[in-house]
Amino acid sequence: MPDTITVNVNGTAVSVPSGTTALAAILIAGAPSVRRSVGGSPRGPLCAMGVCFECRATVNHRRHSRTCQILCTPEMDIRTGEQVDG
Amino acid sequence: MASRPAHFDVLIIGAGPAGIAAACCASESGARVGLLDNNPQIGGQIWRGESQHPSHIEAREWLQKFASAKIEFLASTEVIDHLEPGRLVVQSVGMQSGDDVRELTYRNLILCTGARELFLPFPGWTLPNVMGAGGLQALVKSGLPIADKKVIVAGTGPLLLAVAAHLREHGAEVRLIAEQAPRHRLARFALSLAFERAKLAQAFAIRRQLSSVPYKTSCWPIRATGEGKLETVFLRTGAHTWQESCDYLACGFHLVPNTELAALIGCELRGGFVQVDDSQRTSIAGVFAAGELTGIGGVEASIGEGQIAGYAATDRSGSTASLLPQKQRLDHFASLLKRTFALRDELRSLPDSETLVCRCEDVKFARIRNHSSWRDSKLHTRCGMGPCQGRICGAATEFLLGWRADSVRPPVFAAPVQVLAIAGSSQSQPDLVSHEEFR
Amino acid sequence: MKLPVYEVLIIGAGIVGAACAAACAREGLEVGIVEADIVGGGATAAGMGHLVVMDDSEAQFALTRYSQTLWRRLSEQLPADVEYDGCGTIWVASDADEMSAVVQKKQFYESRGVPAQILDSHQLHEVEQSLREGLPGGLLVPEDAVIYAPCAARFLVEQAQSRGAQLHCPRVVTEIAPDGVRLNDGSSIVAQSIVVAAGTWSTRLFPGIDVRPRKGHLLITDRYPGFVRHQLVELGYLKSAHSFISESVAFNIQPRKTGQMLLGSSRQFDKDSSEVDHPMLARMISRAEEFIPNLSRLSAIRTWTGFRAATPDKLPLVGPVPGHENLFLATGHEGLGITTSLGTAELLLNQLLRRETEIPAAPYLPGRVYEGVHA
Repeated sequence: MPDTITVNVNGTAVSVPSGTTALAAILIAGAPSVRRSVGGSPRGPLCAMGVCFECRATVNHRRHSRTCQILCTPEMDIRTGEQVDG
Repeated sequence: MASRPAHFDVLIIGAGPAGIAAACCASESGARVGLLDNNPQIGGQIWRGESQHPSHIEAREWLQKFASAKIEFLASTEVIDHLEPGRLVVQSVGMQSGDDVRELTYRNLILCTGARELFLPFPGWTLPNVMGAGGLQALVKSGLPIADKKVIVAGTGPLLLAVAAHLREHGAEVRLIAEQAPRHRLARFALSLAFERAKLAQAFAIRRQLSSVPYKTSCWPIRATGEGKLETVFLRTGAHTWQESCDYLACGFHLVPNTELAALIGCELRGGFVQVDDSQRTSIAGVFAAGELTGIGGVEASIGEGQIAGYAATDRSGSTASLLPQKQRLDHFASLLKRTFALRDELRSLPDSETLVCRCEDVKFARIRNHSSWRDSKLHTRCGMGPCQGRICGAATEFLLGWRADSVRPPVFAAPVQVLAIAGSSQSQPDLVSHEEFR
Repeated sequence: MKLPVYEVLIIGAGIVGAACAAACAREGLEVGIVEADIVGGGATAAGMGHLVVMDDSEAQFALTRYSQTLWRRLSEQLPADVEYDGCGTIWVASDADEMSAVVQKKQFYESRGVPAQILDSHQLHEVEQSLREGLPGGLLVPEDAVIYAPCAARFLVEQAQSRGAQLHCPRVVTEIAPDGVRLNDGSSIVAQSIVVAAGTWSTRLFPGIDVRPRKGHLLITDRYPGFVRHQLVELGYLKSAHSFISESVAFNIQPRKTGQMLLGSSRQFDKDSSEVDHPMLARMISRAEEFIPNLSRLSAIRTWTGFRAATPDKLPLVGPVPGHENLFLATGHEGLGITTSLGTAELLLNQLLRRETEIPAAPYLPGRVYEGVHA
């Protein structure tokens, strides 16, 4: 495992130290929020331990992924702003 | 991907202090021991990151023991379903290893699923950068830079001090620690620690680290505001309210046990905790429980209970005799914690009509408060129907309205539909099932 | 203490009881409702909320079609949380035999004024891209709809309440007496007429009636809007639904207005436990995967079960109990209670008022199977 890993957050390359979670990468990339709630409000993480599901984003095309439980891997594709019309 | 073993003499769920201790003690018998956790590394919440950068002596000792013991660690693995006694279905949650589903069988099971933070709804608590206290700490441990960020730590419990110290160590500017418990109860708590040299030393070390940080008791956040993210926190102490600007609010109201898996298995609960005997046996044969899900007692208690469970699950209860007096002492500590950090009634009026209680489904407090029960509210307002399965709003409404969340059904955690199909197929294959990404 | 006195007392605030209450209150009757648990919390919460016209028999067609019309009429009044969605049904054929059944089904519907459109293999895949390729086609019935039934039941109860009906909840009826009912708290409610709309619980009040609990499983996913657009039901559902004895599963998926996918269906008799039956759930999912392979990748967030009140001839029991002038049944709707609740309510109301209904009442009268039942 290299010391830094480059992932894509919303199409922009971001380098993060190895051991960084996808969630931390999203925040490091400066995304304004991790997801939109069903009512349309911006949300960030709450528990950061896999319980609250607030950090859901699309990781490697897989929707509703809990990004706090996923370690960054090279070239990982992360898309925030997962929103569904309620 | 290498095929991994499917049967364990002792299978332990949760690799925090209790689970690590249980695994180490169980492995002494030569039994085949498996330890699984939904995190990539061992340590659980409290020892998160200790496996790379050990800082606690106790953590270092146990991690060394763990490293030299013969224990199979299943990282990033989550239990989804319990098929019948002796059979669990698990899936990998990390992306690195792909998504696989498989069945694990066991002779004895030790549940060490720990606890999560209690979050209470208040206006603005859904703004980005309002987080759990342990939540922000976990996030910093998993790579979030916090240097020079202004942070307010609030809520209740001994965790607040540890979190504040950790954030400070990483360069955060901790502006305030707001503890809702009154000073006199905290003083009594500190006094009773006088007989616990280790705990006292730890507490003093933390206090020293935080000597320049304002620490207010009988103080709690009442509102958070900001454009798109947190900017200002409003706090109250007594009749006095004021505001502080900050980048993060790290706010948790102590802990609630993770009992969902235990409930699915059918273990008897009492007062919200898994009921165990002196050997950590639950009401279900072959199923043990240790750590915070049996009572919030801290790291030392968790380790003690884990040891007892590890021995008992390998039929060596004799080895636990020396641990029992310690267990009783720690039970005392647990009830002390409970008394000290009991939540004040004023917190029940934190949410206003417009405050979202269910964050998954965006359900306002006004919509749920006149319902008769958790299930009534869930069926008619969608509160608790989202992917967290009511883990956040269930605990909150238990405090706010006295409700008890309803029975646990599979999946224990949201999981691909396929997991449930495999879970139930009668000729369940212990082999891996590859799982493509959903596009 | 003064006992409440009603012209009509309805036992059960599921969708059927709620609809009966709303209809009776609308006509100015003094209505009481007794609910043992919560409004819409029994079979109502374990149904899919599919408002569907069925062609099993003329009687089933008449009641489902009449009810569907009533739902369409009501739809504009329904609050948002009832999630009425006129998405239509597509009956999906899986082979050539079933495709010829599609043609017959279309003729059946069209000759009775129900719009229906045959989709060939290409058209089917065009409108429902999650379905696997190569399916021969299906029948689109555009006037079918879906609702979220627990909120619909609550809406109907509130409608009744706004016209003076009283809800006694939670109160358990332990006995039906000549002048009303006795409750588990020792109190009584006096009523001129009593309607038993308690689903599978009805047998506790009428041990003699042949209503069997039929267990069903449901699974709901996270939000995937557009994954399917119509309620999709395999045509083979008709075959499996006929059986009164055997266990069966059928492909049946519904797009919720939230974007969630609700998956059914399973049928089991003689099950006491409401626990999720893993092999049954697995069979249900596997059946669905034969039609929608990608379903397996969606995130499931909840599974649950419920018991529906099934009768041997698959028609509900609606009307007076023979030998008991003022005692009425409104149960035995099995999997169609949500659809047929509104039609049932009109039938029942008209029987109470000794009036005719738009559809014949005879096929649903309890007297067709019971010469006399002792309460």
